[in-house]
Amino acid sequence: MSFNAVTSSFKVARRRRSARTEALRTGGVAGAALVAFALIGAYAVMDKRHVVEGMLTLSQLAGLLMVFAAGYATGRDARAGSAAALANALLAGLIAGACLSLLVWLIAAVNLRATLIAASPMLARALSLGAPVASAQALFQLPLLGAAGALAGALVARLPGDARRAALSGLAAVVAAGLFRDVFASMLENMPDPTGPESEVFGPAGINSGAALVLFFLVAALSMVRGRLRRPARVPRSGMSRPAMVLLFAGVVLLPLVTNDFVAQVAMLVALYMLMGMGLNIELGLAGLVDLGFVAFFAVGAYTVALLCSTGPLAIADVSFWVALPVAVLLAAAAGMLFGLPVLRVRGDYLAMATLGLGEIIRVLVLSDWLAPHLGGSQGIIEIDHPRLFGYELKSPASLYYLALALSGVVAFVSYRLQHAKIGRAWLAMREDEDVAQALGIDPVASKLLAYTIGAAFAGAAGAVFAALIGSVYPHSFQLLVSINVLAILVIGGLGSLPGVLVGAIVLIGLPELLREFGEFRYLFYGIALVAMMHVRAEGLWPASHVREATNAA
Amino acid sequence: MSDLPASNLPASDLPGSAKEPGAVSEWLRRSTWVDHILLAIRIGVAALVLVGLAGGIAAGTYSAADFASFTMFGLTIGSIYALIALGYTMVYGILRMINFAHGDVMMVGSFAGLFAAGGLNDTGLLGALPLLALPLVLAAGMAAGALVSIAIERIAYRPFLHVRSLAPLICAIGMSFILQYAARGLFGTRNRAYPGFGWMEGAVTFAGFTMPIPQIVAFVAALMVLAGLLAVVKLSRLGKAMRAVSEDRDAAALVGIDVSAVIVATFAIGGAMAGVAGVLYALVFKQITVFMGFFLGVKGFAAAILGGIGNLGGAMLGGLVLGVAEALGPALILEGYGIPAPYQLKDVIGYGMLVMILIFRPQGLLGERLAAKRA
Repeated sequence: MSFNAVTSSFKVARRRRSARTEALRTGGVAGAALVAFALIGAYAVMDKRHVVEGMLTLSQLAGLLMVFAAGYATGRDARAGSAAALANALLAGLIAGACLSLLVWLIAAVNLRATLIAASPMLARALSLGAPVASAQALFQLPLLGAAGALAGALVARLPGDARRAALSGLAAVVAAGLFRDVFASMLENMPDPTGPESEVFGPAGINSGAALVLFFLVAALSMVRGRLRRPARVPRSGMSRPAMVLLFAGVVLLPLVTNDFVAQVAMLVALYMLMGMGLNIELGLAGLVDLGFVAFFAVGAYTVALLCSTGPLAIADVSFWVALPVAVLLAAAAGMLFGLPVLRVRGDYLAMATLGLGEIIRVLVLSDWLAPHLGGSQGIIEIDHPRLFGYELKSPASLYYLALALSGVVAFVSYRLQHAKIGRAWLAMREDEDVAQALGIDPVASKLLAYTIGAAFAGAAGAVFAALIGSVYPHSFQLLVSINVLAILVIGGLGSLPGVLVGAIVLIGLPELLREFGEFRYLFYGIALVAMMHVRAEGLWPASHVREATNAA
Repeated sequence: MSDLPASNLPASDLPGSAKEPGAVSEWLRRSTWVDHILLAIRIGVAALVLVGLAGGIAAGTYSAADFASFTMFGLTIGSIYALIALGYTMVYGILRMINFAHGDVMMVGSFAGLFAAGGLNDTGLLGALPLLALPLVLAAGMAAGALVSIAIERIAYRPFLHVRSLAPLICAIGMSFILQYAARGLFGTRNRAYPGFGWMEGAVTFAGFTMPIPQIVAFVAALMVLAGLLAVVKLSRLGKAMRAVSEDRDAAALVGIDVSAVIVATFAIGGAMAGVAGVLYALVFKQITVFMGFFLGVKGFAAAILGGIGNLGGAMLGGLVLGVAEALGPALILEGYGIPAPYQLKDVIGYGMLVMILIFRPQGLLGERLAAKRA
């Protein structure tokens, strides 16, 4: 956020530590992270998925990345000389690995399962990496591996700029290829060549080790060449370059065509969340209204379409989706206005709580027996017709994806125009300082209400598409988590930034769907991402232009 | 926070608050269309409640004994809300921010209590001497709550102490998710049952009314803890420092108060209270899950607002009022409309009260001067 009004001159002093102490601390933190990773059950679950075929599982990769990061951070410490930094990193890695060894020994020696369900013999076996469970070899190899990983991190950190960038991009490419094997393999499958190179590059779960090596050097070399070709004075924190933008949008449009149905379905979900994200972006990103009851308007849209388009017993009409869509949008906007009127005098954190309360009231009402004769209660409404276009039923994930994408395009256009109109500037002014904005003649209630109503209308559109996509609506789909998801998308992408919504939706909705092993832990990841984002890059992955200017000027 | 401008409170420009003659016409002249709609909502809600109340009393579905047991239940859950509310109120008093992850602190305290109770159950102490075991279990819950709360302060609040932004709110939402889903990974999704506390499991009959003992124990324990906290805040040196920091952080730092330490202590005490709430909740309801914290936290927040945020006595009052309203509301008001299964809508009453108070009386029942500024 950009409104950094200083509310107190009181500031916390940061303690200074020596490079060695810092390294010990980093090692301890990495060790704690590794132990936590194992104990929440993520290690055992992710161990089933190979990233590099037959060599490296997802959980091993995650563990290695943790010590690698610890080593990298230690290696970057400019106060120590090269040799000292490497030694420090070695130490940090040893400590991190030792923490994990201790855990293995504990699991083998004491039965922890009554308290910690993940501390199972299976975990001990997985962590022993093929050696006899909790044997001396198993216990000693972990610190050594940790030290090796951290040393590698420190070495990379100590490389000169170009080489370091090359090594990191090579690594990133291999990890990405291994993780998103499904996307890339299905793309290769769709290539015209019938024999297909796919079988050689990808195994059943991950990338093949030979292909991984080739890919690493290929990308590293490309990065080197790119570094040599142009050495621009890079503006710090400048969002994304133009080619990257073109690539991203091309990917968004073409993706479902070149991959399989599963990927198309994920893309559809991303588009849906983009639609909601743009709605909340108007409320939160532009007008600064923290709305945690956003899902209520999504529900209004979805239930409207369900009631109007269903062939089930609860339907009140059986009209086409194209008639129901505007009705849903209008009703959601009306609901937004109805809620917004009283609530919008409340500010800041209080508004978050008030809207959360409203959202929950709606969910509890929809779920209750009282309204069940009309809304179906927990049974929901089923048998919603798919939309038809020129006599063609939009049923396949790809066609529905394009429907959601087209709506997103419309909404993005409207958002863009609003943002740069007078009302958009009024919203921004109000977000920065409501009292000053009011003094300048902006009617805070009217402009807030407009933001809230438009945001609700967009959410209603998303809900309408959602009902058509899924073919049924249940109260279960309208939990607080949806609101939080959308909030997280905005924060990760950058508050007030339209492309940020796309980036946020891809990162938070698309990636976890594609990494199915991730499923259980996705909200944990959300939490970590929110906290980390606020600490490291509060303006988001793709900051809004005015935020970017402010950050660059500072 | 003298540099934050005061907002106009909606309550002050309503006819009821004006004393001089001609107040109605004066209000009509000065009010806007928004005020009119808000007034209409007020009247509408009041009418809904009154009609429901009349209908509920006329319907006579429940006996006096039913209402007595509803009230006792309401007081019990209300005292738990009050304990949670204290954490919100204390943190708000000092930082002017809501600790969004506070409900999950309560969940962590509850789980710590579960493991302590499990250990004591193995030694047989829990069944034999529950009055000795309960304080030990409470201590475990308090310790865990305080630790988690300190961690939250460290991660979500301290780095953003000197700027006003959304960062602490978003960080706290993130922390809430981390706590919930880390606990889910660590302890599993299924419900965990507390072991029995010996004689505390039964019920007593007093003057013709039967009361479950756990409810009475929880209520009394909550009152004792609340009294202890009040004593700390009103009488101790730390309490004085806390009140000073809450008045003016910079001035407090000037006179030599370690502001950081006071903030940490505030979070720790609030977390400990949430830990107590977690254990007492488990004592009454027997079952705990990793997801119970969030919505109980929202209720606790509603209680804090209801009483007047920043006001310790108000938090207690708000908790009890909210608990009783939730316990009696469905039977009294919703029954009057002939709504089937009114207890499904218990939460609507709780959340509805939260929204109504935030809109119409953000300073709460006991009205704290400080609360008006940010609300």
